[in-house]
Parts: sequence; C-alpha cells; structure tokens
Amino acid sequence: MNWYGNWVSLVVLTRKEIKRILRIWTQSLLPSVITVTLYFVVFGEVLGSRIEQIQGFEYINYIVPGLVMMAIITNSFQNVVGSFFLAKFQRSIEELLVSPMPSWAIITGYALGGVIRGSIVGGLVLLVSLFFTQLPVTNIFIVLVFTFLTSVLFSLGGLINGVFARNFDQISIVPTFVLTPLTFLGGVFYSLEDIPQAWATVSYFNPILYMVNGFRYGFLGYSDVSVWLCFGVLTALLVLVFFGTWLIFRTGYGLKE
Amino acid sequence: MSLALQITDLSKTYDTNTVALRGVSLEVEQGAFFGLLGPNGAGKSTLIQIVTGLVNKSSGQVVVNGDDIDTNPSKAKTHVGVVPQEFNFPIFDRVYDIVLHQAGYYGIPLGKARENAETYIKELGLWDKRDEQARMLSGGMKRRLMIARALVHEPDILFLDEPTAGVDIEIRRSMWQFVRKINEEKNKTIILTTHYLEEAEALCRELAIIKDGRIIRQGTVKELLSRLERDSIILDLATELSSDVQNRLQAQGFEVRDGTTLYISFAREESSITAIIETLKEEGVTVSGVRNETNKLEELFVSLINEN
Repeated sequence: MNWYGNWVSLVVLTRKEIKRILRIWTQSLLPSVITVTLYFVVFGEVLGSRIEQIQGFEYINYIVPGLVMMAIITNSFQNVVGSFFLAKFQRSIEELLVSPMPSWAIITGYALGGVIRGSIVGGLVLLVSLFFTQLPVTNIFIVLVFTFLTSVLFSLGGLINGVFARNFDQISIVPTFVLTPLTFLGGVFYSLEDIPQAWATVSYFNPILYMVNGFRYGFLGYSDVSVWLCFGVLTALLVLVFFGTWLIFRTGYGLKE
Repeated sequence: MSLALQITDLSKTYDTNTVALRGVSLEVEQGAFFGLLGPNGAGKSTLIQIVTGLVNKSSGQVVVNGDDIDTNPSKAKTHVGVVPQEFNFPIFDRVYDIVLHQAGYYGIPLGKARENAETYIKELGLWDKRDEQARMLSGGMKRRLMIARALVHEPDILFLDEPTAGVDIEIRRSMWQFVRKINEEKNKTIILTTHYLEEAEALCRELAIIKDGRIIRQGTVKELLSRLERDSIILDLATELSSDVQNRLQAQGFEVRDGTTLYISFAREESSITAIIETLKEEGVTVSGVRNETNKLEELFVSLINEN
C-alpha cells in the first residue's frame, strides 16, 4: 500500500475511535469529570481553606494541574486498553490484521484515539476547575506538549496492556493497582518539599511525578524538579514504549499465533 | 494460466506443540473455484489464516498472485478477501460502517469506499439493514455482512471458511448463487472450505482433501469421483415385494430395507445400474425411483479419510 493508502487507513481508524468515544460519552467522558469535580469540591471548597499554601500557591491552584493530568493519564490509558481488548474479544481486530495497514498506522490510530479522549476529558476538567479557581497559565506551549506526550505514552501503555490481556479483569489491573497509586503518589496533592526526604527520594522513581510537575510548570511556573528533566524522562519513556509497541505489532507477538 | 495461490512445503506447529500443517504444497489457478475439504482439526483454517496474515507460519512459502507473503506482505494482502468461520466484526457498529471501514483499512479513498460499500451491501441484500447495529442481524445476515466486507476492497481471491455453517437452505442456496456469480462473471478465485460436501460438489471445480495437516488427494471433482470404485443406490419400488422375491434379491446382494425399498452397493467393474434394473425386471419388480443415500463426494471423502 502506498503512503496515501496508509494515510487513508490511519484516518479511518482514528475516525472510528473518535466515533466510539462520542457514542459512549457517558462511559468515556463523563465519569472522570464528575470524579475530579468532587475532588475540587472536597479539596478546594471544603478542606482547601484549612490547608496552608503550597510553595506560595493556594491549595486548589496547586492541585488542579495534577488532577487534570490524572484525568489525561487514566482516560488515555483506559480508552485504548478498552477499545483494543474489545476488538480482540470480538475478534474484530482481525479486520486490521488481514488488511495491508502497516503496524505504525494501527498503533498511531489507536494512540490518537487515546490522545483525543485524554485531551477532551482534560479540557473538560480544566473548564470545570474555572468554577472553583482562576488558574494562571505561565506557558501554554509546555501545557500542550505535556498533554500530548503524556497522553501518547499512556495510550501506548494501554495498547500493550490490551495486547497481552486475556480477560476483562486484566484490563483493569494496571489502572487500579498501578496508575492510581502512582498518580496519587506522583505529587498531585503535595510538593516533594513537604514530605520526608526518604519518601521524596522514592518519589523520584515514579515516572508520573515528572509528568505532573512538567504540566504544573506550564500553569504555575513552578515544578519540584527541572522541567527539562521532566521533558527528558517523558520523551525517553515514550521512545521506549513506542519501540516496544511497534515490535509487538511487527512480530505479531501476542496478536498472532 | 497464472497462479492465484502457490503454497510450497507449508508447515505450522503452534506454541502448544500441536502440529497443524505438515509440508502442504498446493497450487490454485486464477479464476478457479477450489474446495478444501477435511475433517475438523485437519488444518484447513490454519492454512487460510496463514495466507491471510492471521497466523505466522513455521516454514514454507506462500505466494499470492505472484506476491510472497514474506517479502511483499502488504501487496499480498490486497489480493485477498476472507470470510472467516466465526463472526469477527465489531457488533456495536452499524452494518454500513463495518463495510466502509474495511475499505478504508485497505487504503481505498472515502468516495470509492462509499461506492463499493453500497454496491456490495446491496448485492448481499443488506441495504435495508445498513443503519442497524451488526449484533441485531440474524445469523444468515451476519454471514452475508462478512462476505460484503471481504469483497469491499475488490480482491482477486476470496477465501470462504465454512461460509454457510448454520444458515438455512434458502440462504445457503442464495449464497451459492452469489459466489458462483462473482467467480464466473468477475473471474474471482474462490477458495472454499466446507463441511457440507453437497456444497463442495455443487460449487467447486477442483478439490484438495486435507487430513492431519497433509493433502491426501487433489484434482478436479470429476477426476476424484472417478476414483470411486463402488457405487451405491436406493431403489423405491412401485409395489411391495413378496417374501420369495425378497429372499432371492437378498441372495444377489440386495438389502431389503422394507417391503418397498432396496439398497445395493456394487463394484463399478462388476455391475452397472442397467444390469441391476434388468435383474429386478426379471423378478417382475417395478422401480418407481432411484436415489443416492449419500452424495458421491461424501462417499469419496469418507473412503479417503478412513483409508488414510
């Protein structure tokens, strides 16, 4: 298939994923918005006024970027793992595997679905936050770069999970037992300056810390770690995960017998 | 004539150490209507899945319309459309979208994809159902949807893996008519696997019989059937036989099933249907009808499978 055919196939798969997201919007878009709104109510309105400022920022302002990033991460991941596993479960993944669509286009199509859902939900959460606070934007470019790269990374992570999952339980293991704890311990609710040194050291091994801090830097102009380090860690992980995903599709490992 | 499919020494051993194919070699000419027959687990579906890119082969070579699946997999895939044994479409998607998306995966631009989708959905009699979710279709309609989807990128070769399993006779016959039409009018190569030997006999011009991952016979239907050494027929009689006549006929090898039905199996070299009718005429028996208990292909299939 020539480059134009590859492009057509990529557009078709991406459009199919977008239609799916919009068709099931009560499952795909709404839940995170409601959950994060509850965080805003509890930590912003109810408890926020009793919590001291963090690094010179109102508590609600400090946590909003982290909560938006949390929504981006979970939605990017869940979109792809859910869509891909369902395609495997229904065997409709065979529609792609028998076609001449190249591996990179299949990966990109699914990843873009995750990026779009992650970005829409992130945007909605950000909109809701405006009812609770006025969040400054220091560097919109950094906000957009971290949104895009993080959602691509977790979309690909979802794809790998979808490839290896054998049942529906296995697609909820990573979000429940890995992503949620890492996000909560990734500096969403606190600064590394405010926790004991031992825990701060452990936190440096948590990759989500760099995404939350890089994203927060785009809004507040503050990060616990260098924004360049955040960008470097994110890019390195992305290259690693993309290569792993490409290898899986190229060899058919986990997809073909 | 050039070859639509050329398989050389194809083998497949699954990770579970199950050997599905053991050095299969096969050639199918362009425009052929080719049947691949074999009992369950013989390797038919594995063979199709290797050609269509769903299963990796262990060794051997597969060339589709001149394109090797190893060196030119993308081109090889464009030549092939496949209707699998089990439903494999996204059940919550609309019928029209399923066919349209498949065209897109083959790189067909939207305008042409819409045109093809409409053509094949209409040809398969599903146009009225185009906006329904696929899960709402009946079993026969789901099969037809898979045929429309397999044809939407206009492949040269169509693989039909048990396409009429579980559909009623009327739909089965309309599907036969459709695949015959695309074979004859559009010169598409059809490769069919089926458990209905009547279907293979009615549709295929060439056959290969596969057992335990090996091709045990291959040739035209006529050639293969000519290898049958025995024929068997059932005779319906106009009147009930007396016990004397029954005894005499039994002594000559007839099986009297009830007073008005006779069954006989005979070696082609030793007897013929004319000779049998003559014998009955001498006994004063009037034959009102002649029929087969099983079709010829079924007899051949059973004898070959047992022999091997």
